[in-house]
Amino acid sequence: MATTSIAPEYAIDIKPDQIRQDLLRPIFQTSRRFYVLVFFLVAIGLPGIFLYANQMSEGMGVAGITRPIFWGIYIANFVFWIGISHAGTLISAILRLVNATWRRPVTRCAEAITVFALAIGAQYPIIHLGRSWLFFWLMPYPSERGIWPNFRSPLCWDFFAISTYLTGSTAFLLLPIIPDWAVVRDRASGFRKRIYTILALGWRGTPREWHRLEVAMRIMAVAILPVAISVHTIVSWDFAMAPVPMWHSTVFGPYFVAGAIFSGIAALIVAMGILRKALHLEEYLKPSHFSNLGKLLLVMSLLWVYFIFAERLTVWYGNQPAEMAAFWSIQRGRFAGLFWTMVSCNFLIPFPILAIKKLRTITGTMIASSTVVVGMWLERFLIVVPPLEHKYLPYEWGTYHPSVTEIGIAIGTLCGMILLYVLFAKLVPIISIWELKGGQHKKPFAEQALSAASRSGVHLDSTLPSTNS
Amino acid sequence: MNAIYGLFPDTNSARRALAALREESSRLRIKPGAIVLMSSEPLEEEGFGWEKQRTYMPWLTPLGALLGGAAGYALAAFTQRVYPLPTGGMPLIAMYPSGIIMYELTMFGAIFTTIVTLLISARLPFYGKRLYDPEVTNGKILVGVADPDRECSGEIGQHLQSEGAEQVREFSSE
Repeated sequence: MATTSIAPEYAIDIKPDQIRQDLLRPIFQTSRRFYVLVFFLVAIGLPGIFLYANQMSEGMGVAGITRPIFWGIYIANFVFWIGISHAGTLISAILRLVNATWRRPVTRCAEAITVFALAIGAQYPIIHLGRSWLFFWLMPYPSERGIWPNFRSPLCWDFFAISTYLTGSTAFLLLPIIPDWAVVRDRASGFRKRIYTILALGWRGTPREWHRLEVAMRIMAVAILPVAISVHTIVSWDFAMAPVPMWHSTVFGPYFVAGAIFSGIAALIVAMGILRKALHLEEYLKPSHFSNLGKLLLVMSLLWVYFIFAERLTVWYGNQPAEMAAFWSIQRGRFAGLFWTMVSCNFLIPFPILAIKKLRTITGTMIASSTVVVGMWLERFLIVVPPLEHKYLPYEWGTYHPSVTEIGIAIGTLCGMILLYVLFAKLVPIISIWELKGGQHKKPFAEQALSAASRSGVHLDSTLPSTNS
Repeated sequence: MNAIYGLFPDTNSARRALAALREESSRLRIKPGAIVLMSSEPLEEEGFGWEKQRTYMPWLTPLGALLGGAAGYALAAFTQRVYPLPTGGMPLIAMYPSGIIMYELTMFGAIFTTIVTLLISARLPFYGKRLYDPEVTNGKILVGVADPDRECSGEIGQHLQSEGAEQVREFSSE
């Protein structure tokens, strides 16, 4: 395998023992802050479970959705969380494939977001079903009723796409954790040792094991990319297949995928910023990591503006009455406040922060990313609700107001997502120890160039400023 | 299974020990494939035997994908025949929606095959007793010989020691 170089600004100059100590500290030491945080998240999230139980008991009437607006916050949240899930696997897979050495401290934080966001997002169609206990009717299985799922329904496509993506993302996250679980296993004792012994699968670190793992990860990185793209495309088709104003559009697939990557990167930056502070990972998650992801976020922000302009221009140019009713309600009607907040959060605020190098600091990218997360939730809400309020036939027009049940469940799932992430960071080294240590073997680019030059008899001045790989 | 092994602090000494064992393998009556190497990170440099590793995984994955795709088509087509939903002027087996199911199951087949092949070919999970030292996850590189000839085991230990092993240990699964 070719040895790649690592740019100096990403080089982590820490001894392997210190790396293990730093990254295993959250697993073996539990601070009071951890318990307070868990209690806080459970306390805030718990009402969501009661509200959900109440909804199942009382029926969908307690949710704000009613004829003609049958899709509200639940579906907006579904699209939002599936979008957030694009953070990890997609970014991690791309960075793995292009062998970007700076990815090493970032990938696991990202991959964990994918799995948990996907698990949370997949709850929403089930919550939205009303009779959630019948969700297994989506699965193709031979039943005595002789009823099989209708594969022409986008809901069925969702089931297959999300299941595949969840399986792939979980494997993509868990496979490289096995060697790190072995590290924890060898240091743990008692009950914890038994658990980590099971999780480590008997990993020893033989060349055979490393080779198979590396090959599997390369294959997974290739396989997971088209799945990630297909998932959000299929989610977009939930809308695009319906004859509803502003939904029935061919641009929806790429528009949704771009939005998903956009929100995913933003969520990743926010998560990394919090982890860096909370777990004292300043030596690992460096400003250059935030700057690089910030540049990627900037590109996605511009792409998002392009898509939203293209989508709105074609609607406006078509000038169909039903579409224009939905269009104007968003642009200058009931939803104008949300629309312009969305534009500010997704473009007007993050663009200058991310475009100006001096502002693209850790704080700057955190601020920009936080606004993008809010803006992208608003975008999902504005895609779902206003068109449903203005269907083709005016007697089917209505208004939608989210209910306490919907808001409570949304807050509950948000707390659930954060709780899962916090527990993950407690049980698993949030940065891959073996990948990080492996990365240390890669010499800085300048050092490589100097040694290559000296081998070929060329003298270079070693005081020259090093170049980026 | 018995083994004798050394724990090396760095890749250079481990590589030297490995080369010495390979060179002296016939004299020390080391069986083919009995030299063992373990590390806490992949050792990609030459001389560690990494480059000799081969796997059918890249071939099995497309095969799994093909099987997944075929299963996807069979499932979608079978369902649409078993529970027909005639829609004016449209074929009973809808091509595009079936294509989506096929695509997803194709990818599922590829991913599933990769995971299964990894586990089988890496011989995981394994919870029995076999040669291992927790010092490996402390960064030490384990180089050793499985089932060494009793008469040569002392000399193997000396070899490991002379090449820079910090510790030479013996392992017995009994």
